[in-house]
Amino acid sequence: MSVDAQTVRRIAHLARIAVSDAEVPPLQDELNAILAFVEQLGTVDVSGVEPMTSVTPMAMKSREDAVTDGGYAREIVFNAPLTEDNYFLVPKVVE
Amino acid sequence: MSTTDLTELTLAEARDGLRGKAFSAREIAQAHIDAVAQARALNAYLVETPERALAMAEVADGKIAKGEARPLEGLPLGIKDLFCTHDVPTTAGSRILEGFRPHYESTVSHNLWRDGAVMLGKLNLDEFAMGSSNETSAYGPVVSPWRRRDSEAPLVPGGSSGGSAAAVAARLCLGATATDTGGSIRQPAAFTGTVGIKPTYGRCSRWGIVAFASSLDQAGPITRTVRDAAIMLASMAGHDPKDTTSVDLPVPDFEAAVGRGVKGLTIGLPKEYRVDGMPAEIERLWQQGAEWLRAAGARVVEVSLPHTRYALPAYYIVAPAEASSNLARYDGVRYGLRVPAKDIVGMYEQTRAAGFGREVKRRVMIGTYVLSAGYYDAYYVRAQKIRTLIKRDFETVYANGVDAILTPATPSAAFGIGEKQNADPVEMYLNDVFTVTVNMAGLPGIAVPAGLDAQGLPLGLQLIGRPFDEETLFAAGQVVEDAAGRMALPRAWWR
Repeated sequence: MSVDAQTVRRIAHLARIAVSDAEVPPLQDELNAILAFVEQLGTVDVSGVEPMTSVTPMAMKSREDAVTDGGYAREIVFNAPLTEDNYFLVPKVVE
Repeated sequence: MSTTDLTELTLAEARDGLRGKAFSAREIAQAHIDAVAQARALNAYLVETPERALAMAEVADGKIAKGEARPLEGLPLGIKDLFCTHDVPTTAGSRILEGFRPHYESTVSHNLWRDGAVMLGKLNLDEFAMGSSNETSAYGPVVSPWRRRDSEAPLVPGGSSGGSAAAVAARLCLGATATDTGGSIRQPAAFTGTVGIKPTYGRCSRWGIVAFASSLDQAGPITRTVRDAAIMLASMAGHDPKDTTSVDLPVPDFEAAVGRGVKGLTIGLPKEYRVDGMPAEIERLWQQGAEWLRAAGARVVEVSLPHTRYALPAYYIVAPAEASSNLARYDGVRYGLRVPAKDIVGMYEQTRAAGFGREVKRRVMIGTYVLSAGYYDAYYVRAQKIRTLIKRDFETVYANGVDAILTPATPSAAFGIGEKQNADPVEMYLNDVFTVTVNMAGLPGIAVPAGLDAQGLPLGLQLIGRPFDEETLFAAGQVVEDAAGRMALPRAWWR
């Protein structure tokens, strides 16, 4: 499988990365080189094989459903580029 | 003892010297601070923290005076800039995290400070640990302290833990933290004549380490000797309730395993690691390593890991897929860079376009593609099935009585900075062909220096162990180190 220029733009948009017209052809070549490399996986017989979900068999631990952390909103927003009253600020989303 | 000598000590020698009061924590910290300041040409440190180092050294001297020395008391270490460190900039080698000052400490680095270690600063790396040469760092490549015989051409230290490996080889710290998703501890260790171990998945907490591919990432140390790696890993490892994938198992006495030897052990040589185009000197080194282990009393047998060749392509589906999800958090809202735009999607897109480098964009986009509707089964699910087969290969070999597996660490010695710049991305990925299987199967792997190539550059051997049996790797690694002889590190041409 290989990707065309339109697909590169679609993936970039899905990944939320702006790409200029000039960036599309080299990205297309690089992505196709990687896709060509992984193509060989199609030759492996995987019938009856379960996909891996965890490299080490482990049971998810559970704990008491209680608040164990929190209460420091200022710390949470400390590194945010734009805040007000310990809220993150974003451009207007709803008109 | 001159201050230069203090940076030449192994971690174990420094520990014993501090306890025996041959020198103070302050003296060994200052010696390293000076060495770091004189080595800026290598670009190994992104942030130097000399005041913090001296303050920590003072505490250490107090503890030693009272006879209360902790396991790493007063030992100066470097921290890969992928570990969040409280109030010290943490960039992950990316522009998108420029100016980020975590208000928390990663569990692994916390464990080191708990045990008395001294922090020298943050070490350069490939951006988000995506790379095998440290050339994808937004803050410039790291220059290896090694050079080819009769050449001044700058070489890469490997990656992604290139700053860690270069700093350890150049005596800019006694040991360094590193992380390994596909070979990022073991490949730079092999390129710089140092020791690097990626422990079993789950041995170290991933909490507070900037995530790349969560099912593959593991922290481990890079040091100058096998014993030093055992000492450092013992402090780094351990269960952490904040990481559900960290295992609730006791941390063994790794240092005690170092001198255990390999008598009676069975070591496997996987025939599939004899790849096309592998230099004859790598093949020779591999046979030499097998000979050393045999001479020390191990039984060496050929084994088969039939799905080896599919590990790297499967990795280049699984790792980018996980990266595309993990890196979705860099949105210009919560931390780091923000590029304003007229609406929120525009802000996301402009921020990520400006903040991510080329290799990161490439991998995020591949990951997005293989997870997108219509391709998920063909790529991602298939890759995870192949991962099951890769793990099964190892399980079969271990079930047949093999204790550890010996392979070359890398398919070549270090290359020059810029030499692979224009190659297609896959050529760079091939650096990890011998290491990536270990991440895919969640196993422990150690790289130990074993010799020099014809140009005078270090080459390493890799030992792969059973899950949670790092002890056998330390035992066998020490046999290789003893037989090969401690590697003479490059003279300090950068001063």
